[in-house]
Amino acid sequence: MKEGAKYKVEKFLKDSVIHILLIIVSIGCLFPLLWMVGSSLKTQQTIFSDMSVFPKNPAWGNFYSAWTKGEFGMYFLNSLFYTVTVVFCIVIISSLAAFAFSRLKFPGKNILFYMFLGAMMIPLPGSFVPLYVLMTRLHLVNTRIGYILCMINVGLSFSIYLLKTFFDKMPTELEDAARIDGCSRLGIWWNMALPLARPAIAVIVIFNSLNVWNEYILATLIFSSKNLMPLQRGLMIFQGIHVTEYPLLMAGMTITALPIILVYLIMQRHIIKGITAGVIVG
Amino acid sequence: MRTKTIFQNYLFVLPAVLIFSIFYIYPFYKVFTLSLCQWDGIARFDFAGNFIGLRNFIELFQDKIWWGAMLQAGYITLIALTFQNALALILAFACDRNIKGGHIYRVIFYLPLVLSEVVVGLVWKWIYDGNYGLLNHWLASMGFSNLVTDWLSNPNTALTCVAIIHCWKGFGWGFIIFLAGLQTIPRQLYEAARVDGASSWQMFKSVTMPLMVPVFILVSILTILGTMQVFVLILSMTDGGPGYHTEVPVTRILASMVDSSRFGYACSQGVMFGMVLLAVSFVQIKLSKYMKQA
Amino acid sequence: MNKKLCIFFILSLFIVFLSLSLVGCGPKAQNKEQVKTIKVWHWMSDREKAFLELAKRYEIETGIRVNFELYAPSDAYAQKVRAAAQTNTLPDIYGILGEKRDFASFIKAGYVYDITEEMDKNEGAWKNKLFAKALSVNEFGQGNSFEVKPGIYGAPIDVTNMQMLYNKDLLKAVGVDPSNPPRTWKDLVAVNRKLKAKGIQGLVSGWGETWMIDCFASNYAFNIMGKDKVLDTIRGKIPYTDPDWIKVFDLFREMRDEGIFASGIVTMVNKTAEQLFANNRAAFAFNGSWCVNVYRGMNPDLNYGAMLPPEASDKYPMTIWGGAGSSFMVNKQSKEAQLAVDFLKWITDAPQQVFLSKETQDLPSNKNSLKDMPMVLSQFANAMDNTTHPNAWGVSEFPVVIEAFDKGIQSIIIGEKTPEQLAREVQQVKEREIAKKQ
Repeated sequence: MKEGAKYKVEKFLKDSVIHILLIIVSIGCLFPLLWMVGSSLKTQQTIFSDMSVFPKNPAWGNFYSAWTKGEFGMYFLNSLFYTVTVVFCIVIISSLAAFAFSRLKFPGKNILFYMFLGAMMIPLPGSFVPLYVLMTRLHLVNTRIGYILCMINVGLSFSIYLLKTFFDKMPTELEDAARIDGCSRLGIWWNMALPLARPAIAVIVIFNSLNVWNEYILATLIFSSKNLMPLQRGLMIFQGIHVTEYPLLMAGMTITALPIILVYLIMQRHIIKGITAGVIVG
Repeated sequence: MRTKTIFQNYLFVLPAVLIFSIFYIYPFYKVFTLSLCQWDGIARFDFAGNFIGLRNFIELFQDKIWWGAMLQAGYITLIALTFQNALALILAFACDRNIKGGHIYRVIFYLPLVLSEVVVGLVWKWIYDGNYGLLNHWLASMGFSNLVTDWLSNPNTALTCVAIIHCWKGFGWGFIIFLAGLQTIPRQLYEAARVDGASSWQMFKSVTMPLMVPVFILVSILTILGTMQVFVLILSMTDGGPGYHTEVPVTRILASMVDSSRFGYACSQGVMFGMVLLAVSFVQIKLSKYMKQA
Repeated sequence: MNKKLCIFFILSLFIVFLSLSLVGCGPKAQNKEQVKTIKVWHWMSDREKAFLELAKRYEIETGIRVNFELYAPSDAYAQKVRAAAQTNTLPDIYGILGEKRDFASFIKAGYVYDITEEMDKNEGAWKNKLFAKALSVNEFGQGNSFEVKPGIYGAPIDVTNMQMLYNKDLLKAVGVDPSNPPRTWKDLVAVNRKLKAKGIQGLVSGWGETWMIDCFASNYAFNIMGKDKVLDTIRGKIPYTDPDWIKVFDLFREMRDEGIFASGIVTMVNKTAEQLFANNRAAFAFNGSWCVNVYRGMNPDLNYGAMLPPEASDKYPMTIWGGAGSSFMVNKQSKEAQLAVDFLKWITDAPQQVFLSKETQDLPSNKNSLKDMPMVLSQFANAMDNTTHPNAWGVSEFPVVIEAFDKGIQSIIIGEKTPEQLAREVQQVKEREIAKKQ
């Protein structure tokens, strides 16, 4: 009994310390977000003079104006399409490749893997012009498919590397058992590797969806029709060369941030304890 | 192994390799060729006419500003590797416990990643501002008036201030990956260790650590790559100033490409930068293999 | 476990196809009827709305459709134009961002239509409508150092210049007559001492963006040594270690010592500087004529005026940067080049210029559109006579030297370098570049 009480007190103290730490960091993370939302409710005149976090007379209309002025309706659908497609393709393509790099044998495996690894490391700041030339030759300029392929390429190396790290960590016994049961390699990938690497896949989905959702420069290069552009294009209209419409920009950014936070909310559930442990026991 | 099996195995990597070779290898080859040329990015390109051999690289080796920028990026990376990753790891451990409201914290720690650089720039500039800044206000009210300074314009503090913002914005990735790594450690291992009477520290040392090594390596490589290539934040905070005190490689590359229209030189900077990053990562991977064996 | 995973994948597949079908439902192929169309690429998000309105009017007037396509931010735009040039896919009308040297490179590569003839047609009907200073930015003179065939290669759609702004209320607060702002350097220092005593900040400007430093320094270079000597320095005939240049650099040291700069000026972006000035937090600002629009948006009650930077010497007149704010070029390879030229003529005509000026508070490039302008804007307009611009000099400094010059002035402001040191360093860079060229 006594031991239990002591343990409880100890746990309570430990938890309190942890909570304090977590809360301090949380405040640091929440503050800019609150500032953004607060600023989106101010006017161009009060945004830098009114220092309160939330203004007394919130201008809710900013959200409506941002949505209509930035033509978010159309851009929103575009971005949704790009993000879902690109992330889906990346998950499939990179997990197939990472599975092969981790579990299968074929000549040149290491060279290929290091190539992807190297690609992650060598930034290509000058590649804009060659890329555009290439896209023009392939007739991919101003097409959705061209943009999607480019974005898949952007996220591929990182995803393969991350997934391989996680596949490597997995116990091989299960796989052997499955193989004995007559599972094909594709079957092992689908039935074993993917479910086991769920936390890693969740990370990939989170990372790549944020990346695609916020991408803009490549879209500017590839697209010329307005109705193919992603959401970030809508935000550009508020950031003039000279005049920036801050409240509308902040409102637009708040709208833009919401879906991506939602994705995280959904995906982070898959990074929780129990799922993997359960599979390993089963 | 049978040829058919090998062929099938190749099919697994085929889509990745296909996309990669079209959209990466070709531009990479072009950038590499351009790095041997003198070209302003506008005139019609003609390899034979613009070819200057290794002259760009020779100049780059003597470019003090470039290597200074490299060192400064290295400094930010060092801070990110230590402080940022330590913070991410501690927070991941804290959230890995069955703590009340754990999932709320998880969401909150992700938020800085979602924020646009515009917001980050505005908010942090307000914090660091010399006259009206929060930081100076707090320092003064706590009696440290002698520490009050113009944080982003002071050559002694500017780089560290930028590094802090970078770490603040980026620690979420480390956090998420560490957490994912911790979550894939089978709980049975902990329970078995507890039955054996291991203390928390012993459990950490003999269960968590060995299983987390690959994740550590992953996170540190990602940190190095992400931090060395930082630039949007720098552009919005200081634009490399004051003087050259917050210049990093990518801002230098942009300066060559955009401001002085030296496309070839910019490409040679890109190639050089890539080689440095490759070398660093290579050392890191070798080191980690050694660590794994130890 | 697998079930859940399957459901997830099926769901995402479903979303993909749903979106695909949604996309497919979009506007199908456009009307097949042949409407003559010209395509314009621009980077001016502030003016997108006004441009679209003008395009509508033009279509009603002439039946020619003008498609304005916006690519922002301007860095992305500049990249896109360069990339499109390499594939011969430039639009009919576009703008070139960059230095005169880049402009020359575009011309020499055959991407820019020479509009000199069009300008001179009907005894220069088009040319005479526009401000000469604005045209000179797009002009290549006889024997220019870029080896471009002399002529005019772009049409300015607005003009702009850089001046000092002063806050009348703050000057009044320290007992300075707001109708008589400081005219000389000595006055400026004296006024600043009064401001300092009251805890009011002196000068704000976006000097984190180095070109603004360059502009400020070059104003005073013209004032202290005159145009010829400045150009001779660029030509390499006079070193930067000349006492006159040291005098220019020394002004920055003096401003630092006197505490004229607002805190953080060396890393400040101009948008921050504008916020500070608009909220009465600094008495002076160094900014371009676009600021009228910016300040109006942030604080309509701001009581301020524009003036030339106070003279540091009486040897030569104060000269400020100014010229075309933005210009459009016609693509030489365009099949609709003539239509494009006609459209540029139309957009620089008085009614359209008045409209643009009203919408965005820019100074029109058309001389006959300077009507009903706000006070401060007309102050800017009047200063056009005192302007010059590096793009109109016919020679250009090495970009590396400009960078060393501007960044070095930042170092003076933070007290890292002395004016003499900087002069030596800039000269070293200059000599290295000259040696490289030979």
